[in-house]
Amino acid sequence: MAALMQTEGLVRHFGGLRAVDGVDFRLEPGEIHALIGPNGAGKTTFVSLLSGRLPVQAGRITLAGQDITRLPAHARVRAGIAYTFQITSIYPRLTVFDNVALAVQSRGAADIAAGVAEALGRVGLTGLDAQEAGTLSYGHQRLLEVAMGLALKPRVLILDEPTQGLAAGEIEGFKALIRSLVPDTTILLIEHNMDVVMDLADRITVLNFGRVLAVGTPDAVRADPGVQDAYLGGHHAAG
Amino acid sequence: MTGGARIWALHLALVAVLFAALFVLPTYHATNLARIMVLAVFAMGYNLAFGYTGLLSLGHAMFFAAGMFAMGLPTWHWGWGGGPALLLGLVAGGAMAGAVGLLALRTAGVSFMIVTLMFAQAGYLTILYFGQVTGGDEGFVVEAAARSLFGFDLSSDVPRYLAALALFATALAGCLWLVRSPFGRVMVAMRENEERSRMLGYDPFRVKLAALVISGLYAGAAGAAYGLLFGYVGGSFATIQYSILPLLYVLLGGAGTVLGPFLGALAMFYLIDITSGFTSAWLFFVGAALVLLILFAPKGILGTIRERGARWLP
Repeated sequence: MAALMQTEGLVRHFGGLRAVDGVDFRLEPGEIHALIGPNGAGKTTFVSLLSGRLPVQAGRITLAGQDITRLPAHARVRAGIAYTFQITSIYPRLTVFDNVALAVQSRGAADIAAGVAEALGRVGLTGLDAQEAGTLSYGHQRLLEVAMGLALKPRVLILDEPTQGLAAGEIEGFKALIRSLVPDTTILLIEHNMDVVMDLADRITVLNFGRVLAVGTPDAVRADPGVQDAYLGGHHAAG
Repeated sequence: MTGGARIWALHLALVAVLFAALFVLPTYHATNLARIMVLAVFAMGYNLAFGYTGLLSLGHAMFFAAGMFAMGLPTWHWGWGGGPALLLGLVAGGAMAGAVGLLALRTAGVSFMIVTLMFAQAGYLTILYFGQVTGGDEGFVVEAAARSLFGFDLSSDVPRYLAALALFATALAGCLWLVRSPFGRVMVAMRENEERSRMLGYDPFRVKLAALVISGLYAGAAGAAYGLLFGYVGGSFATIQYSILPLLYVLLGGAGTVLGPFLGALAMFYLIDITSGFTSAWLFFVGAALVLLILFAPKGILGTIRERGARWLP
């Protein structure tokens, strides 16, 4: 099957720092793909290249066979790549309704109110429409961020540390939400919480020093000695 | 009454009050109010760029003057009538804003402010340089023959007031419709969080350029109307003072509110009118008013009212 999204030899250096250093990557349609690796491995830089927030220095990105390497970020969103921020990025002074409506109207939906209601319903924020987004609890702001991503009805949803700062109960709900999105939406997940990763992911890519260390199913990645050395063993055992 | 109906009712009521004021106010104040309404249109346009989209421009005098000269010069040199001249003024304001925006919007924040200021100064100097065509710093009086619209003589009080009111009402309705539209929401989104807006699929450059052009159309229409209604076109309207005035009106009335620019223009106009009646140091009072504003109501008159309870105000 053709990959939904693919990169070949993707490079982004910051001075001497090789944040992303020749990454080949395949995102299959309908999968939940997790991207893991130690802090500084280049995960956020990599998805920033995918979403167009950072320009690519070398290499190629395709979406459903189309070359999008030079497409500006806003055009990639329109093409179906949604990105939710690691540090919550909402419009704190606008209402919850307006936050989500901005995403709904971006995809050209006819009925904005219905689109907003649907997205809020999916993340469990129904009824908070009129509240100023900045006054929501942190967990709710994270969910609002996800709702904005969902409201775009993307083909690929990139979630950068979505469960960071969520309570245990909220994480269970979040996992169910993500499972309900596939296979219509393909998920690329950056996540530090290994329980979430092992539970959700169909496949995992491990990055280390800007390069791909391993790719495979959770079991295969867990068993990979290179991955255990670099990252997973100690961390996972402790977690 | 639904939120939308209440909002439209409030704005219609203001237009009705302004219409009634024509029959109640003495001529002196009616003429003042006509002036204020035209200046309020200028400020409304400024507010669309600054208050809603977050573009702090110091170049709006250029768009105002573009409208004024694009109206005035054809009446002077080619004998155009008021109607076509007014339309040309409107278009000139928008076109000038588009041209400046294409270049200036490559910058943001303080740089944008400085670049727009430089453009406006260059515009002012251009008017002086081509003094034989533009009238230079002396300006020129608009031909009496041109100062009529649909057969009404705009140099007499009642038609002038009504023309100003018609322009104001149209601009107000347009502004209200725009800020409540999906595009209005995107303008505010650009102001609040540009990066997030980009990652929702909006091109910041295009949104800001569109907002600036709309703002320029307002400024151009106001400049053209000001020249036509009050009969004088001059380079002084292209000075930095006319970039700062709409900023002050908007700050005083409330940035990002539909009625704020009118309230701000009204309050500032009469503050200057009254204080300059008894002292030559009237700028002192303007300054004092602004200090008080920053200290006690940094969101302006209407911004403060909205914050204190009338949250439904657009």
